[in-house]
Amino acid sequence: VTGPLQVEGLLRELAPQVLGAVLRRGADFGVAEDAVQEALLAAAVRWPEQGIPDSPAGWLITVAARKLVDWRRRETARRPKEAAAVDWVPADDLRSPAPDAAGPAHDDSLLLLFLCCHPALPRPAQVALTLRAVGGLTTAEIARAFLVPETTMARRITRGKRRITQAGARFTLPRAAERPQRLAAILEVLYLIFNEGYTASSGTALQRRDLTVEAIRLTRALRDQAPQEGEVAGLLALMLLTDARRDARTDARGALVPLAEQDRSRWDYAQIAEGLSLVAATLAERTVGPYQVQAAIAAVHAEATQAQDTDWLQIAGLYRLLEHLDPNPVVTLNRAVAVAMVDGPQAGLAMVDALDDDPRLAHHHRLAAVRAHLLEMTGDLPGARACYEQAARATASAPEQDYLRTRAARLRER
Amino acid sequence: MKYLLLIYSSPANWAVLPRTELDGLLGEYAAFNKEVTESGEHLDGARLADVSTARTVQVRGGRADVTDGPYIEYKEHLAGYYIVECESAERAQELAAKIPNARYNAVEVWPLMAAGGQDM
Repeated sequence: VTGPLQVEGLLRELAPQVLGAVLRRGADFGVAEDAVQEALLAAAVRWPEQGIPDSPAGWLITVAARKLVDWRRRETARRPKEAAAVDWVPADDLRSPAPDAAGPAHDDSLLLLFLCCHPALPRPAQVALTLRAVGGLTTAEIARAFLVPETTMARRITRGKRRITQAGARFTLPRAAERPQRLAAILEVLYLIFNEGYTASSGTALQRRDLTVEAIRLTRALRDQAPQEGEVAGLLALMLLTDARRDARTDARGALVPLAEQDRSRWDYAQIAEGLSLVAATLAERTVGPYQVQAAIAAVHAEATQAQDTDWLQIAGLYRLLEHLDPNPVVTLNRAVAVAMVDGPQAGLAMVDALDDDPRLAHHHRLAAVRAHLLEMTGDLPGARACYEQAARATASAPEQDYLRTRAARLRER
Repeated sequence: MKYLLLIYSSPANWAVLPRTELDGLLGEYAAFNKEVTESGEHLDGARLADVSTARTVQVRGGRADVTDGPYIEYKEHLAGYYIVECESAERAQELAAKIPNARYNAVEVWPLMAAGGQDM
C-alpha cells in the first residue's frame, strides 16, 4: 500500500520531467502546464488507492496528453474557425507515448527553471511558477505557504504564463552569453523561496517549513544538473547550514533567539556535515561568488560548538571578500560586528558611523540594531537602549520588533 | 510587502452626491477591484457596514463596556479597507490614489508587519 505522502513526493519528483516531455512535443507552455497539473491531481487521488503504475511518468504524460486533446476538441467544437489558430499539440503526437517517453529527465528541470525565472516575469510570478511547474506543488499549497488567497496566487500564475508566451520564451537553454545572468536569477528565486520559509516564526511555521524543504530539494536537483557551477553548490550549502539552525532559532513561544544565545545541541549536525563538505569542495575552485562566501561564513559559525569559540577573525576576512564581490552596506554592517568581536566594539562602531550617510541604509533597522549591540558591548547602556528602541520602530517584522523591544527593556532594568 | 489601505468617508459627502457622480464612483471601484485582482496584488478587502452599526468595546476594571459608534468620533469615519501586496511603498501609495475616496476624504496606507524575522 502506498501512502499519500509517498505519492506526493514521487509526483513532485516527476512533475518537471512530465512537463518537459509534453513541452518537447511542441505544446504551448501555459496550456501544457495546466494539463500536467490536472494529471498530477488525478494521480494524487488515484495512486494511493490503486497503487503506483509501472511507468508513473508514462501514466502522467498520457493523462496530461489526453487533457490537451480533450480541451482542444472542446475548443474546436465551440469555435471551429478559430481552432486552427490555436497552437496546441497535434493530437496524434500525444496519444500514445512510448513507455520511456519521459525522455532525458536530467535536462528538463533546468530548462523549466530558465522558463519560470524568465526576466519578463515579475518576481512573485517567477516564485509561484517555479514552485508549481518545477516543484509540482498545487496553487493551493503555494498560496498557503505565502499566506495569500488561492485566487491571488492563481492570478499570479496565469499572468506569469501569459508573459512567458508573450516574451516568446522557448523551452531551450538560453544563449551562452545570457546564461550566467539567467542562472543568477534562478538562484535568487530559489533563495527567496528558502528565506520565505526560513524567516517564518513558529505558529504558522508548519506550512512554511515546506518552503525550506522545497527550496533545498530544487537547489539539490539543480546542482545535479549543473555540478560545475560553484554558486549553485554555494547556495545549496548556504541553505543547508542556515536551515540546520531552524530548531534553535526560536524559543517555545516563537520568539527569535540570536545566534550567540542558541542552544547549539539543537542544530542539525547531519545537515551541517553535508554543508561543510560542499563548502570545502567549492572554495577549492579558482573563482568564488557571493553565495559561496556566505556559505563559508555560515560554515565558520557551524564549526563553533560554543558561541565563544567562533573564529571571528576568519569571519571578518570573509565579509571583506564578500564586500569586494557584492558591495553593499548591509555586508559592511555585518563585517562591523565581526570586526568588533576581533578588535573591540569601538572599531566596529567606527565602521557603523561611516555608514550613517548611506541613503541605502536610511531608516534601515539593522543599522540601529547593530549600533545598539555594539554600544551595549562598550557599556553605554542608555545609548544602546535608545538605539534598540529606534531599531524596533524601524523594522517591518513583528518577531524582530519583539526581540528588539525585549532587549531594550532588559537594559532599562539593569 | 503587504499594506493595509484604510478608506475614510464622511456621510456629508454621500448625502450631497448627484446620482451620475455616484454611478461613476461605483464604476471606478469596480475598475479598481478588477485592476488589483488581475495584477495579483489583491489579498483581501471589504466595505464596512454603516457607522451607526459600529460598537466600541472597552474593558475597565475587568468589565466590558460597550458603547455605540466608533472609538474616535469625528466627521469622517472608516468605511472600508483593502489588503494588498505590492512591490514597493510607492506602488501602495499609487493604488491608494486610485481609490475614489482619496479625492473626497482620505486613504491611509499602513505597512503590515511580517510574521517572520531575520536572525539577529
